[in-house]
Amino acid sequence: MTAVPAQAASTDRRRLKVHETAIGDRIYEIVTTFCALVVPALVIAIAITIFAGAWPAFSKLGLSIVTSSDWDVNAGKFGAAPAIFGTLVSSAVALIIATPLAIGVAIFLSEFSPTWLRQPIGFLVDLLAAVPSVVYGLWGIFVLVPMLREHVMPFLRDTLHLGATPFFSGPAYGPSMLAAGVILAIMALPYISSVSREVLLAVPRSQREAALALGATRWEMIRDAVVPYAKSGIIGGIMLGLGRALGETMAVTMVIGNRPEISASLFAPGYTMASLIANQFSEATSDLHLSALTAVGAILFVITLIVNAVARWLVWQVSRDRAV
Amino acid sequence: MKTRLARHWISGAMIGLTYLAAVLATLPLLLILAHLLKKGASSLSLSFFTSMPKPVGEAGGGMANAIVGTLILIGIACAIGLPIGIGAGIYLSEKRSTPLAQSVRFLSDVLNGLPSIVMGIFAWKFLVRGYVGHFSALAGGAALGAMMIPLVTRTTEEMLKVVPVSLREAALALGYPRWRTSISIVVRTALAGIATGALVAVARIAGETAPLLFTAFGNQFWSTSLREPIAALPLQIFTYAISAYEEWHAQAWAGALVLISIVLVISLAARFATRSRFGAPVD
Repeated sequence: MTAVPAQAASTDRRRLKVHETAIGDRIYEIVTTFCALVVPALVIAIAITIFAGAWPAFSKLGLSIVTSSDWDVNAGKFGAAPAIFGTLVSSAVALIIATPLAIGVAIFLSEFSPTWLRQPIGFLVDLLAAVPSVVYGLWGIFVLVPMLREHVMPFLRDTLHLGATPFFSGPAYGPSMLAAGVILAIMALPYISSVSREVLLAVPRSQREAALALGATRWEMIRDAVVPYAKSGIIGGIMLGLGRALGETMAVTMVIGNRPEISASLFAPGYTMASLIANQFSEATSDLHLSALTAVGAILFVITLIVNAVARWLVWQVSRDRAV
Repeated sequence: MKTRLARHWISGAMIGLTYLAAVLATLPLLLILAHLLKKGASSLSLSFFTSMPKPVGEAGGGMANAIVGTLILIGIACAIGLPIGIGAGIYLSEKRSTPLAQSVRFLSDVLNGLPSIVMGIFAWKFLVRGYVGHFSALAGGAALGAMMIPLVTRTTEEMLKVVPVSLREAALALGYPRWRTSISIVVRTALAGIATGALVAVARIAGETAPLLFTAFGNQFWSTSLREPIAALPLQIFTYAISAYEEWHAQAWAGALVLISIVLVISLAARFATRSRFGAPVD
């Protein structure tokens, strides 16, 4: 007889517990879902803010913001063509320098490095990504730019006689598109090499063994059996490095010379979209000026978005293949 | 048809080139560190950490305000970025393949690739112009915090992913509710990894300059108010580096040495924390 109330009590307690559990789970789910929702909300807020801010400039200036090279704040002329040109050229120079080096390091680390060297070298290269941009800029101003001016530029122009081409002609001031390209190359290198290393390590052993068994030398094995297998992942890494170089601000602002002119020579100073914003945004007073700078930011946003999306897609394809 | 010998020569030469690439790729970091030590150490003394910037022409002075300012900015950034990032990371690991999870993953990558200067414009519009009305520490810290969110989200997810499912199942079988399982078992197990991810994110934002240019703005005076412009180490280095004065250049080198020391110590700590985690199980 006494068992009945006891049982009722325990059912009651259990019900209470289940109830508590359900509430706890519910709260936990709501909190974590809210945190997750912040990410898309932030992206949408950024996109809306930037494009709304850029709209007056786009509607008033039209295409001239992209095509004109006349950037005159007082006259209300905002043609960002030199900055767009500078962003694209400095990033291209960076990739031309960084890609062979980064892939070389990645091949070294995945194929040839003695085991004891693999960790330290990989770590040193990865650390390049941790160095703050402003420190690169400082080093660029006081070490890299003088070195380019005194040694590298005269060497390229006079000793190698490249001065005859438009790309390496003109006086060597120091701050230049070339300096920006070199700094960006150093900054993009760790991104390209770490992704390349990952995808090279993901190439199956059998691929290598088959090539060697067919009589390939070690280099032929890399060239014909390993690199083609990892190709789209490596390209993804290069695109990631490119995305990084396109958006880089401080280091470039400090070494590129900040002159809004389009010149074929890499020795000439230039400008980039990011450095244009960095230099003028806090001092801009007129609404159109602010809007034009925001428009430059919007163009930069779209370009990096496309580059990064393609990069992720390429890397994802390789890692998906690996998972299968 | 190339001869066997030629093929071996080419192979040897190309392999040699990869060794050369390894040397060339490690060179910049060593050069930068060497120059920082050479030029920065001479201006670095105790007073650099305790005194305020001196006007142009006077030797000495320090960056006490900028160092404190950077710490405050990092604090604000962590207060925003860590809880949201970790929460979103937990969501991603609990609900792996919901449409929201997939779009959060993709958009985190988008945010990660967003140029930091664009984040600066966003923070300016939202906080400087919209909320506070002028440059402030709050706006700078919020910009840095927003940059931390995607980094922390992805590393938290990665770390939670490697926690064995059996642990979760054991806890659930013992009658733990889901939320207790998640917090006390899964997150607890991955805590060292999550902390490492947080450290890496802090190291990355500690040196950011571009998003602070028109949010925190910099300040030559002592200020710890969140609603006023605040000095930051990277901003101070930038201002001094592009100035025309020798004394300021020396200060910039010293500041850069301090900044990179902070960043490298955090990066190394994170590196060794992960290694011991995978090497031997630590509690």
